[in-house]
Amino acid sequence: MMILSGDPPRSRVLGLILVVIILALAAAPFVFPGAKAMNVAAKICIFAALVASYDLLLGYTGSVSFAHTMFYGIGSYAIAIALYAMGPNWAAVATGIVTGLPLAALLALAIGLFSLRVAAIFFAMITLAVASAFQVLASQMAWLTGGEDGRSFQLPELLRPGTVLIPKSLIGFELNGRTLTYYLVFVAAGLMILGLLRVVNSPFGRVLQAIRENRFRAEALGFRTVFHLTYANCLAALVAASAGILNALWLRYAGPDTSLSFSIMLDILLMVVIGGMGTIYGAIIGATIFILAQNYLQALMGVASRAAADAGLPLLPGLLHPDRWLLWLGLLFIASVYFFPTGVVGRLRSAGAGKA
Amino acid sequence: MTDLAATDPLPKPKRDLAPILLPIALALAVIPLVGSTSSWVTLTVASLAMGMMIFIMASGLTLVFGLMDVLNFGHGAFIAVGGYAATLILLPFAASLQVDSLWVNLAVLAPAALLSMAVSGALGLVVERVLILPVYGQHLKQILMTTGGLIVAEQTLYALWGPQIIPTPLPASLRGSLIFGDVAIAKYRLLAMLVGLVVFAAILLVLNRTKLGLLIRAGVENGEMVEALGYRIRRLFLGVFMTGSALAGLGGVMWALYREQVHASVGDELTVLIFIVIIIGGLGSIGGCFIGAILVAMVANYGGFLLPKLALVSNILLMVAILMWRPRGLYAVTSR
Repeated sequence: MMILSGDPPRSRVLGLILVVIILALAAAPFVFPGAKAMNVAAKICIFAALVASYDLLLGYTGSVSFAHTMFYGIGSYAIAIALYAMGPNWAAVATGIVTGLPLAALLALAIGLFSLRVAAIFFAMITLAVASAFQVLASQMAWLTGGEDGRSFQLPELLRPGTVLIPKSLIGFELNGRTLTYYLVFVAAGLMILGLLRVVNSPFGRVLQAIRENRFRAEALGFRTVFHLTYANCLAALVAASAGILNALWLRYAGPDTSLSFSIMLDILLMVVIGGMGTIYGAIIGATIFILAQNYLQALMGVASRAAADAGLPLLPGLLHPDRWLLWLGLLFIASVYFFPTGVVGRLRSAGAGKA
Repeated sequence: MTDLAATDPLPKPKRDLAPILLPIALALAVIPLVGSTSSWVTLTVASLAMGMMIFIMASGLTLVFGLMDVLNFGHGAFIAVGGYAATLILLPFAASLQVDSLWVNLAVLAPAALLSMAVSGALGLVVERVLILPVYGQHLKQILMTTGGLIVAEQTLYALWGPQIIPTPLPASLRGSLIFGDVAIAKYRLLAMLVGLVVFAAILLVLNRTKLGLLIRAGVENGEMVEALGYRIRRLFLGVFMTGSALAGLGGVMWALYREQVHASVGDELTVLIFIVIIIGGLGSIGGCFIGAILVAMVANYGGFLLPKLALVSNILLMVAILMWRPRGLYAVTSR
């Protein structure tokens, strides 16, 4: 209970699903040893943390930010540029962390002070504008960021796939640097999610929810809403930048497509809404569903598309083409905002409450 | 202060001229920086043309927000749909577009523009009924719903037309420039300016001289009161939404010809620009939107010429500067 900050899943089915997901992720290197499966598992961890931090903004304060990928990208690029410029050593990793995190927090502070005073809608527009300017800036400053190509880099010795820590002969499977990196990602993401759970269940988190429900009343009760919102914005930015650091470490690369593009922002939105806003647990569910769909649904759609093409149906092959998977997720997104705005988590919770 | 007699006419509201003077002052201020008069004229005409196109696309959005407090994050989809719909006419009649006669070209362009407006307007009807009606009055859900709508619209365009860029070359008679002395003015920009001015004049005329416009303006200021007086503000809103969508479609065609290509991602690109414009102008204000569009275009053009490095963030800087001066935009219309 302590570790969950007194906010358990509150639904037996949900608890079971979460346990299954977490166990599967924890055992991923041994149970699903393939490179693709490992990538999927690491991506789920990273995005669960990223989406949870976005949930702090969207679900708990009710402000829509479109600049979340910017912070994610700042983290990714900070570590990538540091490792690229200083070579693969731990000093470079530390440099990346101590430049990336404060930069993200400062930028979040500036945006917050500038635009959180006004309505949610204004904040959404300004973050969108700032994020798109940042994206252009990152691709133009090629001397620093590598432009459209991004930056590939080498990890410190310990984290490289070639580094064998425990050979296969000893315990039956090999524990190498790649496995270690995976667990680094897994543990760091887990800590971030638990930390966010702590934040939203603290008195501070309650104030955020009060602001979400009725900003005017929260202000009348004597809370400085701009301060609280800006603080939440900075916290979310810090976690997002940390997730970006993990992302870059896992991919050994940072580029516009993997860390900055607007489509990632849309992915985050889809994940948080499908999983369930304002629950933190929804982030884990949403990220798992979305990334599994992204990686495995596409193959299924490819089969369906070819079948439709063979059957000579009009339009369907195009609509079912694997590249169009976002179309179906978009429809799912609209449907879930409309029909079950509390997402999977909210659904499971209310189903459990109904039976009890 | 003097006392007013009951028979005296009401004092006229003060005209707020400072925002109107702003783009003029900006244009004059850059003359010495640009150096040559001919490049200044070219840049200014380019800014005006680009500004008019952005205005056409943004005008609907700002009115929709002002009238019903609905912000459509999927507005860019109408622009893209407009561009694609136009290709349905532009591509089959490509041959007549290459005839160097203004009238033959316009005979193809006009139906293409009308088709785009019709398709975008119809899509606006669907979007309003399906996406916005259920979440009316809830900002958060509106943003989510319309963003979802943008994703679906963009993906559907890719599914129907394929992901490649479709080239839409300019008609023969609109290519090239008119030369006055050493000043060159692209013909298409003149046409864009003309269309933009006509649209602006039409909107102003409808808003200021008709009963419909009176109701819309009253609705922007106080929707509940208009409803209490017995007008169906929902229907009014639907009409404004469809008109705004149709105008975005028209803007989409013009932008497609300006860029000489159509691609579904155009919606994303322009959405940001349009948001900046309506924030600068003051949400809900048509005049502010017009000035905002021209300012944004001027900063883009002059900035691109004078300080190419800064051009990327110039729009943001402009927005910050304007909001420091007037925190609710050039003309604050709504009380929100």
